Amino acid sequence: MKRFSSLLIALVACSGLVSPAMAADTIKLGVAGPHSGDLAPYGIPAMKAAQLVVKKVNANGGVLGKQVELLIQDDQCKPEIATNTATKLITQGAQIVLGHICSGATKAAMGIYKDAGIPVMSPSATSTDLTQSGDYPNFFRTIASDDMQAKLAVDFAIEKLGAKRVAVLHDKGDYGKGFAEFARKFLDESGKVEVVLFEGVTPGAMDYSSIIQKVRREKADVLIFGGYHPEASKLVAQMKRKRMKIAFLSDDGVKDASFIKVAGAAAEGAYMTGPRDLSSNPLNAAATAEFKAAYGEDPGAFFHEGYAAALALLNAVEQAGSTEYAAVTKALQTKYVETPVGKIKFDAKGDAEGVGFSVYQVEGGQFKELK
Amino acid sequence: MEYFIELFLSGLTRGSIYALIALGYTMVYGIIQLINFAHGEIYMIGAFVAYIVCGVLTIYGFHGVSILIIAGLLAIVYSCAYGYTLEKVAYRPLRGAPRLSPLISAIGMSIFLQNYVLLAQTPDFLPFPALIPDFAFMEPIAHIIGSAELVILVTTMVTMVMLTLLIKYTKIGKAMRATQQDMSMARLVGVNVDRVISTTFIIGSALAAIGGVLVASYIGQVNFYIGFLAGVKAFTAAVLGGIGSIPGAVIGGLVLGLTESFAAGYVSSDYEDVFAFGLLVLILIMRPAGILGKATKQKV
Repeated sequence: MKRFSSLLIALVACSGLVSPAMAADTIKLGVAGPHSGDLAPYGIPAMKAAQLVVKKVNANGGVLGKQVELLIQDDQCKPEIATNTATKLITQGAQIVLGHICSGATKAAMGIYKDAGIPVMSPSATSTDLTQSGDYPNFFRTIASDDMQAKLAVDFAIEKLGAKRVAVLHDKGDYGKGFAEFARKFLDESGKVEVVLFEGVTPGAMDYSSIIQKVRREKADVLIFGGYHPEASKLVAQMKRKRMKIAFLSDDGVKDASFIKVAGAAAEGAYMTGPRDLSSNPLNAAATAEFKAAYGEDPGAFFHEGYAAALALLNAVEQAGSTEYAAVTKALQTKYVETPVGKIKFDAKGDAEGVGFSVYQVEGGQFKELK
Repeated sequence: MEYFIELFLSGLTRGSIYALIALGYTMVYGIIQLINFAHGEIYMIGAFVAYIVCGVLTIYGFHGVSILIIAGLLAIVYSCAYGYTLEKVAYRPLRGAPRLSPLISAIGMSIFLQNYVLLAQTPDFLPFPALIPDFAFMEPIAHIIGSAELVILVTTMVTMVMLTLLIKYTKIGKAMRATQQDMSMARLVGVNVDRVISTTFIIGSALAAIGGVLVASYIGQVNFYIGFLAGVKAFTAAVLGGIGSIPGAVIGGLVLGLTESFAAGYVSSDYEDVFAFGLLVLILIMRPAGILGKATKQKV
């Protein structure tokens, strides 16, 4: 079909009806992430961020004098769908890709982009392997990795919460288990804390009361959970039912408005790590205002990271003077760019220099950053 | 010892819900040898209807137990309508077809209903209000067994007793047993088989809806996907107890719930499902027809 349409365009062009340059001359930015399914709230804000950035860039004359075209594909955060998504984006001619959102889906898709020589930037995939393993040289991200999150969470548990016995649970997923394993590693290394329990729970299981009872029996004083908000809200709700009052400390996957909405009163007092609050950054405030003007609501998770990634990618193309892989990669690694998550460039492994995490606590139905 | 009792009670709670849903599978299978894969979705629809009704009733100023009862009843009515329609639309036209056809139809209906709720409602998780109040007299032992768990146990027990009475002592119950034994013979002696099958679907759906409402208000959240895992587990329970056998479904549900709870409590919750399905395999090796199932000879 693709070949057929380009043939058609060529024919029409030959007959002198349109200029031959029209079809090819756009920069194609692929956007991949969950836009449907239960993890859609993590993907849609980044997609909207890309749309806003592209609209603005195009209005200002585009990149390298060309208009930017968005190619949006849904991967539902599922690795098996993500590979199809990647192939589809490449066939459609994407030259740079913003995505994917979930670490598992990103890993599955990266090989395909690597073979096609396409730089990929995720606003949210925090799995350490993506940058540290060296298997994904074309990967960049505008968010800090899991081990940084786990380190912060562990330091917080030891210093601020005075943890002595910690139970670590996870959802058996790439993201949650990764976070939990790093937490266990840092807890063990600290030498001050005993990890009394390290177990996975089944996402979607009917209830977690057995595991909650077990946490109580082990006399844990802090529960660290690696995973996403549906399981976290179930855990805190059941802890409340079982009259357990130990600190609940989790990760960025839980720092979503849905957690507070679903867990309600049980969410009060829960701690979680999340990207630093950057609302004092003028670009950040501007991006939020732009979103509010366009959609009339507050932007959701990973909006600013997505906005930053879109800016960084387009800036790198502009700086490199082409969409050629080596040139774009070099620009990403050497040229600073002002974004809503700060002034960033990327290190040799793909992590953004100058982004980080803070600990938040739910207070009065809001996430409050703890200094 | 306290820990053992805690695990036992949480396994019992979980198991009784499995049993409620498993009854729907087993009753339908007993009568028309069909595994109704869309049954888990009926459970989910029950929970969703209750969620919506709760929202409306809260606006009108009802509270607590009155909401639970009204929402529960409406959820039952709604789910029964779904169950009835499901049978009429997806299974009745295939009554004479080879056994695989209604099975595929059932899987199709399951996917259809899931996506229907996803599109018509939301892909997001919704907070389900805690309709079961915390009773003051339960407070001293709330860390062992909560009010919600107590309500679940009592409700499922009452429901199961009522179901037994219905099947044993009423006219329709007798007709159901006759249809289960031999459908064509029942038809010959004047039993309206189609009506019996419809009734079976309606009863099964009502049980699933009760389960859905109880679980949703116990764990406090609903989502279009909750029916899938609950359905798989309940189906496992039905097979474990001997599919087609009503007491079998109850025993299967309880055995499965307790196994999961003890596996999570004494071994590791990583292996919760491994133990549950390992047990299924073991029982099927030793008793291929399930715990209470009767081995039937197939005529060829």
